[in-house]
Amino acid sequence: MIHITINGETRQLSQAINIAQFIDENNLQDKRIAIERNGEIVPRSQFNDQFLADGDRLEIVVAVGGG
Amino acid sequence: MDNLIIAGKTYTSRLLVGTGKYKDFTETRAAIEASGAEIVTVAIRRTNIGQHADEPNLLDSVPPSKYTLLPNTAGCYTVDDAVRTLRLARELLDGHTLVKLEVLGDPKTLYPNIVETITAAEILVKEGFDVMVYTSDDPIAARQLEEIGCVAIMPLASLIGSGMGILNPWNLQIIIDNAKVPVLVDAGVGTASDAAIALELGCDGVLMNTAIAAARNPVLMASAMRKAVEAGREAYLAGRMAKKMYTASPSSPVDGVIASAQPQ
Repeated sequence: MIHITINGETRQLSQAINIAQFIDENNLQDKRIAIERNGEIVPRSQFNDQFLADGDRLEIVVAVGGG
Repeated sequence: MDNLIIAGKTYTSRLLVGTGKYKDFTETRAAIEASGAEIVTVAIRRTNIGQHADEPNLLDSVPPSKYTLLPNTAGCYTVDDAVRTLRLARELLDGHTLVKLEVLGDPKTLYPNIVETITAAEILVKEGFDVMVYTSDDPIAARQLEEIGCVAIMPLASLIGSGMGILNPWNLQIIIDNAKVPVLVDAGVGTASDAAIALELGCDGVLMNTAIAAARNPVLMASAMRKAVEAGREAYLAGRMAKKMYTASPSSPVDGVIASAQPQ
């Protein structure tokens, strides 16, 4: 079991999946998002290569209205 | 042509608008269209995970193909939060480098923390961002931010969202006179005359959100702001008449006024 923190909330994953799989499983594939993993940007080109690991801290963001 | 040039790119509109506080994205889009703005600010926030998969997306209403998006760091109180937010924005917008930096110092006043702002600006400029920076109306802070390499200096007219207008035109004038990069009033504009005054002072542009979004009729106010910015700019370029203290000067000929009908 892997524990990760996403946008401040703790989640459990049954196995180590890559970021592309995480995006699909959480219905984020159609959203324009950017991801930071443990303080570092994850380029879209690496979504298939980077596997989530225990203790990971992810920030997943979108553009919203603001001034 | 009288254009606004920021980081080497030319814009015809000197009005920059935000996308916050609107009723819905339909109203957001209508107001932006009425404003004529080409540069539009957006905020960067955590997305919902695993819920509302089909909720509307701001970028569908304000497409990056049509507008120059200006991601901001609103809500950031530290260098680290601001820098990380803009790195995420650059990834989100496919390498887009034009950003609005603001590092706040206080949730009550939303006044900028200049020390943190300067440090964040130094990091971002080194990383290749084109930084438009929100700052106080302190001319020294403005000069330092320009020396760091910010592409536009954006002093407040008054507190963010206050609608109090331009409280210190004299400081703005000093900043404008000293700056070699565009100076835009950001924050505090309440109505059209405030925007016109900013341009009349010689500001290169105005950035606003609440003044439009919180008007009773946002689309009509957006149109008013467009005209005010154009009018203010033209008045600045035209060069206003000198003020004559306590001295009237008739507009009509002094001679040839008809005489009294009564016999002398």
